[in-house]
Amino acid sequence: MFSFIARRIGTILLTMLCLTLVVFFLVNLEPNLKKLAISQTEMHTSAEQLESWLVNHGYRQNFFARYGQWLGVLPKQPITDPATGKVTQRFSFCNDPVEPKFSGVLQGDFGCSTKFKTTVAAKLFPALGATGILMFWVLAVMVPISLLVGILAGMREGSRTDRTLSVASIASTATPEYVSGVIFTVIFASWLGWLNGSAASASQGITFYNFTLPVITLAIYGTGYIARMTRASMVEVMTQQYIRTARLKGLSFSSVVIKHALRNALIAPFTVIMLQFPWLLTGVVIVEVMFRYQGFGYTLVEAAGNNDIDLLLGCSLVSVFIVLITQLISDVGYAFLNPRIRVQ
Amino acid sequence: MQIEYIGAFDVVVGVLWRFWPVWVALVLVMGLSFAYKKKLGLYGQLFDSGVGIAGVGICLFWLFTAIFASTISPFDPLAQVSIMKDTLPGAIEPTSKLVYYFGGDKLARDVFSRMVYGSQIVLIIAPAATGFALMVGITLGLPAGYYGGKIDTVLSFLANLVLAFPVILLFYLLVTPGIMDTPIPYALAGLFFLFPIIFFCVLFWTRYKNRPDRLYILLGLTLVIGGWIYTGLVFDKDPLRIVHIDPNQLNIFVAVVFASSPGVFRIVRGLTMDIKTRDYVAAAQTRGESPWYIMLWEILPNARGPLIVDACLRIGYTTILLGTLGYFGLGLAPESPDWGTAIKDASRLLRSFIHPALPPTIALMSFVLGLNLLADSLREQSMKD
Repeated sequence: MFSFIARRIGTILLTMLCLTLVVFFLVNLEPNLKKLAISQTEMHTSAEQLESWLVNHGYRQNFFARYGQWLGVLPKQPITDPATGKVTQRFSFCNDPVEPKFSGVLQGDFGCSTKFKTTVAAKLFPALGATGILMFWVLAVMVPISLLVGILAGMREGSRTDRTLSVASIASTATPEYVSGVIFTVIFASWLGWLNGSAASASQGITFYNFTLPVITLAIYGTGYIARMTRASMVEVMTQQYIRTARLKGLSFSSVVIKHALRNALIAPFTVIMLQFPWLLTGVVIVEVMFRYQGFGYTLVEAAGNNDIDLLLGCSLVSVFIVLITQLISDVGYAFLNPRIRVQ
Repeated sequence: MQIEYIGAFDVVVGVLWRFWPVWVALVLVMGLSFAYKKKLGLYGQLFDSGVGIAGVGICLFWLFTAIFASTISPFDPLAQVSIMKDTLPGAIEPTSKLVYYFGGDKLARDVFSRMVYGSQIVLIIAPAATGFALMVGITLGLPAGYYGGKIDTVLSFLANLVLAFPVILLFYLLVTPGIMDTPIPYALAGLFFLFPIIFFCVLFWTRYKNRPDRLYILLGLTLVIGGWIYTGLVFDKDPLRIVHIDPNQLNIFVAVVFASSPGVFRIVRGLTMDIKTRDYVAAAQTRGESPWYIMLWEILPNARGPLIVDACLRIGYTTILLGTLGYFGLGLAPESPDWGTAIKDASRLLRSFIHPALPPTIALMSFVLGLNLLADSLREQSMKD
């Protein structure tokens, strides 16, 4: 078991290395650097000035040298003026070093956000916290509802409850966030006026009024999928011999379901819930943009829209880490929950 | 000038009437399928359940809407009639006396016509991108599952690499306007579009290599047609000027194929690993068949059930991805009538007007719902066998 986890963590690190290299390559394409230079300088700057901005801020160093600096295996160089030999900070608003220093991701320095004029850490971690709150409420809504729906549907396969709930779950998997968000806003904010169509005020304090719409919008797409998986698992368990034995012993249907079926039927949904995280990340981006909630997704869109290199790299690192770690948890948890499977 | 309106009932009747070519085609196809359902195999079995009929009905509805879009829609989806700006549903356009059934949007375009034309974009890109993703996934997944070992390790690592990217980040990196100046989209397109040609060549070669009379015809056809489409799509140099794709659309297409082929790869790999332990594969190996013959003519036909179901779901998923791209304004032109872009435009103005937002959302949702119902009932039918 231990060597399995160690091997998986090794794969995760390798994957993260490859992915950040790919992202680093894509954000440093010539058109993207141009875009960055244009957005960072005054209006109507000439091509030479754009070029000198890029040189002055170290964007014209060797590609791998810069990747190594970002990673922290090469020392970060301050900017030296070739004419005077004077050494200056790369970005003054981030306290960049004036002497060469190892200061990359490995040392815990995520770099400098050109869009927000601060360090990436100062921007990214509060945003992650805000998204964490959103995620907590989404999971708190999504998991119980979807499990309940799945169990009720799978309890008696083919019954009217089953068919109704199955069609409802299929309908919910056909509703991406930008669709359900619009529909819910129209119903609850425009027509009924019960809820707020914007979550911008949620950064100050979360209320039922401003936070319900983002949460249900984000929850609805995943609910149907988890419910379908729970139903399939429940249907399978209900046809097992031990369920029939329990029924023939004379136990009531409800106690068979609760005591014998549930525990076995909930192993598969655990994996599914864990594997929902990558999709939730995309959903978070849509929902946060739609409801103007200042979280991780909002930061990612801002970073991508302005080609904020270090911030975008930080965002990719975080999201890739979340995706891979949840995969690992799902595998390990599955082996842990299901005694029939033992990892070699 | 005062704009006149028609009542809600007239709007409903008018919209239903505008769809008349769709109703005719739908009744014809559904009636014929229902009459001959015993002879139509898996497709005929769909008509045994309510869910299946609903799924087929909704999908065919949007298919015919896309085909007859120019007949159905009363206006040009890009035409702006300034007096109709932000009009409510049922407004009558003064010069032509035609009706803006679902009202006008903030640029004074007809919401109804835009919804109808939007179906064309979705119904061309989504199935085509899914088709290419299937080709890539199958061509790589079969050897990975069949041979295992190093090939499997490398390909699976690459697939997991792409899957570890959140889709939205991938799109932001791959579908920016700047990337069109670099050779990346064209290189990826060149790579992906090669797979169908390789696939069909190997398919025919393994089957007919001892029957040159058929082999050369089929190979020739594949290379000529494939090469023709290939030059048209990747280099935009089709000598006959029939196959043509916008650089923008090519970029979207490539990004969507890139995002969804690892999923197909994983499914095909899993199915192959399962099926290769069957007796008929062992029999073929004993006969001395080549590995690619076994993969393409023994394993692949027996994996078709789950693959068809997955293809249905995947077209729906691709539709959602296209909507996401439109919602973030990536790739597609800002005035494009596709549903995602329409939702983006309308959702910013929800506080003042809600009518431009509802038609595209409901259209997108119903189309994906139809595909999901279809997939569900296909799965149910294939389990019965």
